Amino acid sequence: MAETLRVNPITCAGHGVCAELLPELVTLDEWGYPIVDPGPVPPALDRGARRAVAACPALALKLMRN
Amino acid sequence: MTTALNMPVPHESAPGGAARQPAGLPRLLPAAAEDLRAHLARYGPTPYRGQPGALVADVEASGLTGRGGAAFPVHRKLAAVARAGARQGRKVVVANGAESEPASRKDEVLLRVAPNLVLDGLQLVAETVGATEVHLYLHREPGPEILRALAERGVRGLDRLAVTITQAPPRFLAGQETAVVNRLSGGPALPTFQPPRVSERGLGGAPTLMQNAETLAHLALIARYGARWFRAVGTATEPGSMLTTIYRPRARPQVAEAAIGTPLRTLLGDGDGAGGPGAQAWLVGGYHGTWLPLPDAAGITLDNASLRRFGAAAGAGVLAALPSDRCGLAEVARVVGYLAAESAGQCGPCLNGLPRIAAGLAELAGRGHRRQTRADLERWSGLVEGRGACHHPDGTVRFVRSALTVFEPEIQRHARGQCSATDRAPFLPLPQGMPTSEEDWT
Amino acid sequence: MNTAFWYASRATGIVALLLLTAVLVLGILVNRQGRLPGLPRFAVTDIHRNLSLLSVAFIAVHVLTAVLDTYVHIPLISAVIPFASGYERLWLALGAVSLDIMLAMIVTSLFRGRLNRVLWRAVHLLAYASWPVAFAHCIGSSKDLQQGWMLGLAVGCAMIIAAAVVWRLAHAARQVPRAGRVAAVFSQRTVTR
Repeated sequence: MAETLRVNPITCAGHGVCAELLPELVTLDEWGYPIVDPGPVPPALDRGARRAVAACPALALKLMRN
Repeated sequence: MTTALNMPVPHESAPGGAARQPAGLPRLLPAAAEDLRAHLARYGPTPYRGQPGALVADVEASGLTGRGGAAFPVHRKLAAVARAGARQGRKVVVANGAESEPASRKDEVLLRVAPNLVLDGLQLVAETVGATEVHLYLHREPGPEILRALAERGVRGLDRLAVTITQAPPRFLAGQETAVVNRLSGGPALPTFQPPRVSERGLGGAPTLMQNAETLAHLALIARYGARWFRAVGTATEPGSMLTTIYRPRARPQVAEAAIGTPLRTLLGDGDGAGGPGAQAWLVGGYHGTWLPLPDAAGITLDNASLRRFGAAAGAGVLAALPSDRCGLAEVARVVGYLAAESAGQCGPCLNGLPRIAAGLAELAGRGHRRQTRADLERWSGLVEGRGACHHPDGTVRFVRSALTVFEPEIQRHARGQCSATDRAPFLPLPQGMPTSEEDWT
Repeated sequence: MNTAFWYASRATGIVALLLLTAVLVLGILVNRQGRLPGLPRFAVTDIHRNLSLLSVAFIAVHVLTAVLDTYVHIPLISAVIPFASGYERLWLALGAVSLDIMLAMIVTSLFRGRLNRVLWRAVHLLAYASWPVAFAHCIGSSKDLQQGWMLGLAVGCAMIIAAAVVWRLAHAARQVPRAGRVAAVFSQRTVTR
C-alpha cells in the first residue's frame, strides 16, 4: 500500500508549509516552490506526510496511492 | 531500414470494398486535393465494421503509433477508451488537428488535400470505442475543403455521428490533451492537472479518445487494407509512414510523406554526405525536439530507435537543417523566447524558469556573456524539468540542452565577441505577438 | 444563579468577538503568506485553525449560558435558526446567521481533502460576511457593548478587521492576472500568486 506525495503545480502557490513540516521529502526551489521526493513515503514519515497534506493552505499537496 | 518506394504487395481484398491495395508512397497525400467523389473512387466508402471493438485487433497488428508527437500505441488508447465508462454512457472522440507547433504544417496540408481520410478515421474510431459524440479541433477557421467534405458526407449519409468543429486559439499549448478538453468544455485552452487520464475522465467527465488527424488518416487506410499492408513500409518495430514538415537551406518548407526508417540525409540533404552543403546542424521533432550535430548524426534514420542514440525522437515530424550561414544561438534564443512567452503561467517553476532561461540564451546569443549564465541555465533547466502540470517545461529543456551541446563552439565564439553567421535573417518560423489577455487563450 | 449565567454569556460573547477577529486576521495572513514574528510558517495556519475551534467553543458556552438564564426566554434552537426567539429577535437572528456560516466553514474545512476545492473556497469566503454579521449581533444585543471601554474594544476590533480587509483587497487589485504573469517575469517584476 505504498503512497507517494504529489503536488498539483497549478494550485500550488508556494506557501512553503509542506517543506517546513516535511523537510525529509520536500525542499523549496529558489522561487519558493516545492520539490517533492518522487519515491514512496517511508512508513516512519507517513504521519508527517499526512500532516503536511492537511496543512497545505492551497490543498495542493496530495498523497497518491501507487 | 526499409525505405520502401514502389514495393509491390500481394493483392488482397479488404473490408470496405476497395479491391486493390496501393503500393509504395505516398499513402496519405494524393497528388492533388481530393473531394469526396475522388476519395470514394479511390478508396470506397467508410469501412464500418458493424460492431464496437472490431478495429482494435487490426490496429494492434499494424503497430500504428500516434502521429501527434507522443508516439503512443494507438490500439492501447482505443482499448482503454472502449472499456472505460458505463455501457450506455457518454463517450467522446476528438480529432486533434490543432497542430500548435508553429513549424509543423502536415495536419493543415492533410486536412486540405485528404480531409475524407481523416473524417473516415474519426468515424471508424468512434464506432470502435462506442462514442456518442465526435469533435474536430482545428488550428484556425475550418478551410473550405473540410467544410465541403463534411457537407458532402452529410448528403451521402457517410457519417454516423455529426462532427462538431471547434477552433483552437493560436497558442503553442492549445493542442495539449487536457488543454483541448478544457477548450472543448468552453474554457480556455489551458492545461489542467489531471489524474485520472483523459481516456478515463475527459470532456464532461466522459471517457475521451484524442487522436491526431494524421493518425486517423492512417487508421482509415488500415481499416481498408489491413495490418500487413501497413507494415509493408517502415521498420519492423516502427512500421508505416509518417508526414514530415521539412526545412532546408535555400528551399521552401515542404510537407512530405516518408517511410519510417528513411535516412535523414535523404530528406534533409541534397543526397550527398553530411547533411548536404550548407547545413550546420539538424533539428528533429520541432521546438520540443532535439538538435543533432553534424557530421556526427549524418547517418541517422527517421525512426525512434535510431534517433534515440542522440536523445531525439521523431515527434510530429518537423525536420530542419539549419543553414551554415545562420547563427544557431540566435535561432535558439528566438525559439525559446517564444516558448517562454507561450507558457500558461499556471505553475511556479515553468512561469519563473522559462523566461529566465530565454533571457540567458539571449545573453549567449549576444556579444559576450557573464560567466554565471551557463551555470544558471543548467540550474534552471534542472529546476523546471518535470515540475509543471504539462510537458512544456520538459520539452523546452530538451531543446535547450541539445542546443547548448550542439552549438558549444558558437557559444565560445560569441564569448570572444565573434559570430560565424553571415546571414541574420531568421530561419525557423515563429508567429508574431505574445499572448497578453485571457481572450488570447480562447 | 441567573445573574451568573447572564454575566458568563456576556463575557464569553466578548471573548468570542476578540477570538473571531484574530481568526479572520490570521486567515488573511495565511492567504498572503505572511508570518508571525519568530514563528514557523505552519504556525500561522495551525493557530488560525485552532483559534477558530476555540471561538466556536466560546460561542457554545455563550449560547448555553444565555439559554440557561431564565430571566429571559431564549430557546436553544434560536442559536442556529434565525428569528426563533422572542427576545431581541433581530439581533439574535444575526447571531444565528453568523454561527450558521461558521459551522458550514468548519464542517467543510474538516472534509477539505474530500471536497471540491472550489466549493470549499466559496464557503470559506463567507467569513467576510460572517464577521460583520457577528459584529452587528454584538452591538445590537448588548447594552453594555454600546458604551464605555467595551465599545472601545468592539470598535478597535472593527478597525483591525477593516485594515486587514483593505490590505487583502489592495493585494487583489495589484495582482497580475494569469495571462500577464509571463510578461511580468520577463520584465523582472516579482510575480507572487
